[in-house]
Amino acid sequence: MMPRILVIDDEPQIRKFMRISLTANGYEVVEAENATQGIEAARTQSPDLLILDLGLPDLDGQEVISAVREQSEVPIIILSVRAQELDKVEALDRGANDYVVKPFGVAELMARVRAVLRPHAAKGGDEVVKTGGVQIDLTRRVVTRDGVELHLSKKEWELLEFFARSPDHVLTHKEILKAVWGPAHTDDTAYLRVYVNQLRQKLEDDPAQPTLLVTEPGVGYRLKARD
Amino acid sequence: MNDDRDDRPSPEALLAEAQREGRGRLKIFLGAAPGVGKTYAMLEAAHERVREGVDVVAGVVETHGRKETEALLKGVDILAPQMVEYRGKSFREMDLDALIKRRPRIALVDELAHTNIPGSRHVKRWQDVEELLTTGIDVYSTLNIQHLESINDIVEQISGVKVRETLPDSVLSTADEIELIDLSPQDLIKRLEEGKVYVPEQARRAVHSFFSPGNLTALREMALRHAAERVDRQMVDYMRAHAIPGPWPARERVLVCIDEKVDADRLVRFAKRSAERRGAAWVAVTIETSHAHALTEAEKDRIDAAMRLAIQLGGESATLQGDEVVDTVLGYARERNCTQVVVGRARKARWFGRMGKSVTESLIEKAGEFTVVVVGGEDEDRPKSVMTRHKPQTGWRLWLGYLAALVATAAATGIGFLIDARLPIGNISVTYLLAVMIVAIKFGLRAGIMASIWSFLAFNFFFTEPRRTFAITDVQNILTVAYFLIAAFIVSNMAARLRTQIQATRESARRTTNLYEFGRKITAAATLDDVLWAVVHHVATTIHGRSLVLMPGERGLAIAAGYPPEDEIDDKSAGAADWAWTHGKLAGRGSTTLPTADWLFLPLKTGRGPVGVMGVQMTEDADMPSPAQLRLLETLADQAAVAVERTTLVADIETARVATERERLRAALLSSLSHDLRTPLVSIMGAATTLGTYDEKLEAEGRQDLIQTIQDEAERLNRFVQNLLDMTKLGSGALKPRVDWVDLNDVVSSAVKRTERLARRHGIRIEIAPDMPLLCLDAVLMEQVFFNLLDNACKYAPPGTPVKVWAIKTPKHVAIEVSDLGPGIPPEDREKVFDMFYRVNLGDSQTAGTGLGLAICRGIIEAHGGSIHAEPGLHGAGTCIIIHLPLPPDLADIKGYE
Repeated sequence: MMPRILVIDDEPQIRKFMRISLTANGYEVVEAENATQGIEAARTQSPDLLILDLGLPDLDGQEVISAVREQSEVPIIILSVRAQELDKVEALDRGANDYVVKPFGVAELMARVRAVLRPHAAKGGDEVVKTGGVQIDLTRRVVTRDGVELHLSKKEWELLEFFARSPDHVLTHKEILKAVWGPAHTDDTAYLRVYVNQLRQKLEDDPAQPTLLVTEPGVGYRLKARD
Repeated sequence: MNDDRDDRPSPEALLAEAQREGRGRLKIFLGAAPGVGKTYAMLEAAHERVREGVDVVAGVVETHGRKETEALLKGVDILAPQMVEYRGKSFREMDLDALIKRRPRIALVDELAHTNIPGSRHVKRWQDVEELLTTGIDVYSTLNIQHLESINDIVEQISGVKVRETLPDSVLSTADEIELIDLSPQDLIKRLEEGKVYVPEQARRAVHSFFSPGNLTALREMALRHAAERVDRQMVDYMRAHAIPGPWPARERVLVCIDEKVDADRLVRFAKRSAERRGAAWVAVTIETSHAHALTEAEKDRIDAAMRLAIQLGGESATLQGDEVVDTVLGYARERNCTQVVVGRARKARWFGRMGKSVTESLIEKAGEFTVVVVGGEDEDRPKSVMTRHKPQTGWRLWLGYLAALVATAAATGIGFLIDARLPIGNISVTYLLAVMIVAIKFGLRAGIMASIWSFLAFNFFFTEPRRTFAITDVQNILTVAYFLIAAFIVSNMAARLRTQIQATRESARRTTNLYEFGRKITAAATLDDVLWAVVHHVATTIHGRSLVLMPGERGLAIAAGYPPEDEIDDKSAGAADWAWTHGKLAGRGSTTLPTADWLFLPLKTGRGPVGVMGVQMTEDADMPSPAQLRLLETLADQAAVAVERTTLVADIETARVATERERLRAALLSSLSHDLRTPLVSIMGAATTLGTYDEKLEAEGRQDLIQTIQDEAERLNRFVQNLLDMTKLGSGALKPRVDWVDLNDVVSSAVKRTERLARRHGIRIEIAPDMPLLCLDAVLMEQVFFNLLDNACKYAPPGTPVKVWAIKTPKHVAIEVSDLGPGIPPEDREKVFDMFYRVNLGDSQTAGTGLGLAICRGIIEAHGGSIHAEPGLHGAGTCIIIHLPLPPDLADIKGYE
């Protein structure tokens, strides 16, 4: 069955090119041109994914996220512009799953859509995440790089495990700190930088130009499971 | 001033005409004495206007209870008087502000010479009228001829009554219209006897001597003559203003010489009358010789007062410099076409004073074509002027002087005994003379004379035969003591004069030093605040009081500086300050306008207009500044005004410079927008239309190329817009770094990733020292910095050459270099490339820049407390941008947290 995607954007041109490209990629597209219509459509059309522009004429996109989240756990990708990192973080905190920065290429959008629609790593299942030459076995708690087992400290493993459970998803600093270090440390980004750096030294081919554990400036990190 | 026979309207006449424009007209109902019916005539005229439909308001009308006058008041709007409290009593005065607010076409203001109750805005009612006229209100007023300043002394001579309420002649002469209210003396006396003339209580006794037929005839004549002269003058003025060719007499001028010795007021009044009679202009001159500094304050004040009086009476005034008094005066007289020279009577040659002729005598001798009028003075005025020359000493200092005279005489006597046996008697008298001289120099004339007498007595008693008696037998000795006494007097007189001169010189030196000090202070002050502070501080210390400067702000005058600091002044003072500001004249305590205010205000004026107002308040014994202090204050105010203007000029220039800069930026922005926005659009549109039109005909490769072009150009456009947005935020101060712990590697690699497409043609090498700590930065902004730098490097450096990012930690900061092997930046442009819209001109080959990238980098780096500059690369090749960032706070406590 074709996944159904609800596109909420007030610009007809943007809706048009998204409709064309998404349909070409085998998705069914439903459109809404403002927040009210969008919230209504999210309730009645039961979409599998929402693509939501934050700048809407009638209501702030953030409100739409909250409204939708009251009813369902449907994944949401927001469209935002650069230099609005705070908005992105807020949207993610309100329950959005990922974001794409405008202007964007279709390839980037499709990658996000695929990642978000992919079922989450099995909770406690026998999932193995592969990325580049690195293989993360969540069940056995073993990490190998090019077949060689890596030795991680306890914190390093906890961090990597958290990333591996949401591959290709952006994870905010707060989210990561809360999950790995606990709610009291949500502002201690320095810890996070240090450990991400250590992980990169162990996982990346060129730690100076990471390709697996990439930075989302001002927002957080993303573990790239596939390119 | 030789244009009297010119056919063109004389500039003076035209100027006077122009000054009248927008000004109300003054009509004066002139009478010879009280009771002739001036008020009645004024009211009748007012009624005529009212009938014509003109808006007439009675500001103040004194009916003195006369029924027919009161009846005439009906039908005219009467302004309610304001009550002014003075010494516990309430007085009715004209409400000037209400009248100005009411703005009638014509205001009736009775008794022009009236003196206002202290506490009113102006001392005199004619000043109120002046203000009404400047606001464009016409005024009808009344005046008795006896109140006119210039004939004040004559009236006193004739009638024996001293008139205290006087009016400057200039007020009458600038009146637009004068109506003479004439009544024969007989009729007037009859009216007086019928009780129809109001006589104030205190004048009742004098009334009959004043209203004698002789007096009244004289006064009437004066009033008639004034009115007639005026008619003449108006005629001439009209002809001049309208360039009607003669015949009018070449304008005569009367010159009156003022010095510190003469009864100057009398001279000035005389000159004014003389000039008036001849229909001539007149000028009062004073000569400043090189001895001028030796004048006492009282003498300077007298000269100043005479010059002021001259101006008040409608004359000119001039101060001439020169030591040859006679030649200077005659030269000036010739230059100004003067025909008559008025001087005071020659002083009696002073006791052993100036030898030879007096100034007056030699003036008469050299006068040639001029008529010289010598005016006599009253003798009782004389000693006053001599006395003021040597200020008598008072109190303990005088007694100290007498004591010193005694001691000096005793000492001289002692020395006398020592040399008595060996030397002739003449030597002893010289010793005494020496003592007298020392005392006179040190303690002044009185002590000197005292010493002379003591010495004379001691000399006589101890050293002339027969000794121990005051008797003298030897004729030779009689001569010796007589000569001694004379010599002693002369010596003490001369020594005392020397002392006075030294004091005067010192005083003048102090004044000069004061001014010099002030000049130095305010020249050194760079900002307006510094200047104002220097001004108030200096003025306050100079007058031993308080000082303020007020400058115009958004809501009128406001205190700009004060010493001691002051935040507020009371309403009355504020009113005086406002008046001083709008009229450019002194106001407040010690002046004639609002004298009951706590402060005295001096306008700060320069050639370009007023810049503010300076307020002073004496705290020590004196209630108001002495005339000498006032002169100094006026000089200081002038200097201060120039200094204030200088700083505002500097500020103006700065504003102009900023405006020019802004204009340049605007122009640059426009050209940048039109070029940088349009170029990518041209490519995108071209590629898209090609694809749309020739899709079928295109090779797969060509199609791909065009699609790539659209994508690349769209990205370029996006970068440009992003730069503009960043720049706008930087410019508006909205861009505040949100710092957080950041791994420099992370930031650089994000930037590298964003430049991927451009960087493909270059190898980007990143070398970040392994010991680089986490930094406290705004990751997003810093990424933008690196993106811009890498973008630039890739754009300008030839394909295939490496671009390098290199970072180390030094003890002082974090140093980051981004270098390329491109053409480099010429040395003179290395600073300018960080300016907005500045582009190094490299011909047509490279035009992709926006001229904003580096400006944004500098803005962001500086917001982080760092610095950025450009240098040539290694071995002088290419460009190396060097960034210094502050070291982060210590992170030791982070390590090992697990």
